[in-house]
Amino acid sequence: MNRRDFLKTAGIAGAALTARPAGAEQPAEPIEFAGVLVDTTRCIGCRSCEMACSEEHGLPVPNIANDNALAAERQTSETQWTIVNRYETSKGEVFVKKQCLHCWQPACVAACLTKAMYKTTNGPVIWRPSKCMGCRFCMVSCPFDIPKFEYHEWNPKIQKCNMCFERLQEGKRPACVQSCPTDALMFGMKRDLMEIARVRIYNHPERYVHKIYGEHEVGGTGWLYLSAVPFEEIGFRTDLGTTPYPEYTSDFLYGVPLVLFGLPALLLGLNLLSGDDDEA
Amino acid sequence: MASEMRPKGKLLTPFNIISVPIILLGLGILVVRFTKGLGSVTNLSQEFPWGFWIGFDVITGVAFAGGAYIITFVVYVMRKEKYHPIVRATVLNGLLAYIFYAGALMLDLGRPWNIINPIIGNDFGFNSVLFLVSWHFMLYMMAEFVEFSPVVAEWLGWKRVRGFLDSLTLGAVIFGITLSTLHQSGLGALYLMAKPKIHPLWYSEFIPVLFLVSSIFAGLSMIIFEGTISHRVFKDQIDPEKHGAFEDIVFGLAKGAAIAMFVYYFFKALIFIHQHHWTLLNDFWGFWYLVEILGFVLVPCFMFAYAVRHRRLGVVRVAAILTLVGIILNRLNISVIAFKWDAAVKYYPSWQEIVVTLMVIFAEIWVFRWIVLRMPVMREAHERRPGRSPALDTRTLET
Repeated sequence: MNRRDFLKTAGIAGAALTARPAGAEQPAEPIEFAGVLVDTTRCIGCRSCEMACSEEHGLPVPNIANDNALAAERQTSETQWTIVNRYETSKGEVFVKKQCLHCWQPACVAACLTKAMYKTTNGPVIWRPSKCMGCRFCMVSCPFDIPKFEYHEWNPKIQKCNMCFERLQEGKRPACVQSCPTDALMFGMKRDLMEIARVRIYNHPERYVHKIYGEHEVGGTGWLYLSAVPFEEIGFRTDLGTTPYPEYTSDFLYGVPLVLFGLPALLLGLNLLSGDDDEA
Repeated sequence: MASEMRPKGKLLTPFNIISVPIILLGLGILVVRFTKGLGSVTNLSQEFPWGFWIGFDVITGVAFAGGAYIITFVVYVMRKEKYHPIVRATVLNGLLAYIFYAGALMLDLGRPWNIINPIIGNDFGFNSVLFLVSWHFMLYMMAEFVEFSPVVAEWLGWKRVRGFLDSLTLGAVIFGITLSTLHQSGLGALYLMAKPKIHPLWYSEFIPVLFLVSSIFAGLSMIIFEGTISHRVFKDQIDPEKHGAFEDIVFGLAKGAAIAMFVYYFFKALIFIHQHHWTLLNDFWGFWYLVEILGFVLVPCFMFAYAVRHRRLGVVRVAAILTLVGIILNRLNISVIAFKWDAAVKYYPSWQEIVVTLMVIFAEIWVFRWIVLRMPVMREAHERRPGRSPALDTRTLET
């Protein structure tokens, strides 16, 4: 038994003592997370997805004909949940859509102390305004820097893609997927999307790099990407590892109940031992 | 009672002349902040969601407040009576530091009214380190208030209440030390998920341990620094014959700081060697790292050791100041400076962020002074005879 296992065992024992609500551990119907497969070889950079997204979520609609936004690399913002970037690569021009990747074990959700950031059972990571206290720990923790904060509002919101959570509940596809004219975006269950992605690579090994971004990154993400060029060339971080981000804090959190119950006992013992000339 | 509320001493002191305008200006800035949003007065951005208010006020401020849990450990758990004279001032300082510096966290919250959610259990994010830290802040403030409450009762002349509150002290101390251990390290654990954003020289899975160990010498150095100032400012509160006793205490604290710093330095070196970071020393960040570790940990560590051996009070004071600068550097490096070290646009605090920080510090000093001038914080401390138990002392005081 190494230190990590010991901490885990002790932590579980401690967690049982502190009576956590056991929702996540209960055997329930098997959960499948939804996601989207982005085939960057099919994207033509028309930015219909940006428009559809803004319209769907009541954000300012970009003037895609005239704003020359593809000239420089952009990030998502508090007014744009998704953006398309253009990259000059070894295989020519490539367009890449960027938005929340809806991690399977999201750092932002683990960071949130009010459960405002919430992983829904069908996959989307959503933000719930009535719970959020605006601490921005989700922004510090997200390895992709996706949550955005309204710095110029007295009552600021966190703005990020919610995979059109409301549309999914109505049985519809996300607005961006619906709007895509070239089938660069495909909505489905991750398991199915993985198969489709593998088939595409298998059938056209010369067209794709043999990697599906999001398969294992940070423990797996809901959104998956196919590319013709190495992912570093099109703005992806490939150094994030495959460990789910919540695991970076789990050792510490498992130790908490140990300290909370163990240390007072130790201190009391020290106090009694050190009381030589006192009546105690 | 009414006479107690009136200001004591001169009004036009240099401190008042500087602090009052800054506090007023800070309040004005806060009005703008709460009506126009955080972005109207801070340089925070989407890339730097946490700036000076978190990195300095909260993360550094709480490390500086670590003295209270160390001293209560030494005095109440280990029963080292030598340090009893500084308990009250240290606990008061700790309590106020938490109220003001951890309280400064509220200024940084975008939607502070929702802070009620994690408190009343509207939704407990058990998996969040911040949940743990915020709860521990809250409980620790209560524990420190219980530790300090006998002084308030004594001031008000409530003898029976005083006796009851005294009986709670050991429990509050043990609870308080436990909470401190967890939230001092928890502040470091906040940055564990920011792994890809913090320069590898500062990121380590052992950040929580490093934060805990460094809070020991941060707290001790703060007591030395603050005690030295207090002993001049409030000298009419203190029996002049007792200055020698205070010197002894300072050397004891310096010794503790030297040991804690050496342990910390050893941990840092182990982590550095273990992670094969030699090649990272070759640029500005490597140089900056060495400045922090050698210049503001190892040098003051040796200075403390030298000063204790040769009884040089002046050297202890300089070492304490260097140590505090080192703590500020370390906490700001992790939270701001080496955070997104490669960002195209770096964060630096706006003048408004600095004014509000100064406002918080000055307001804390005002309250500290108000209490010290009225309640038996320093006074009581020096009426104590060495070797007496606290219970006996209480009775002496009340007669």
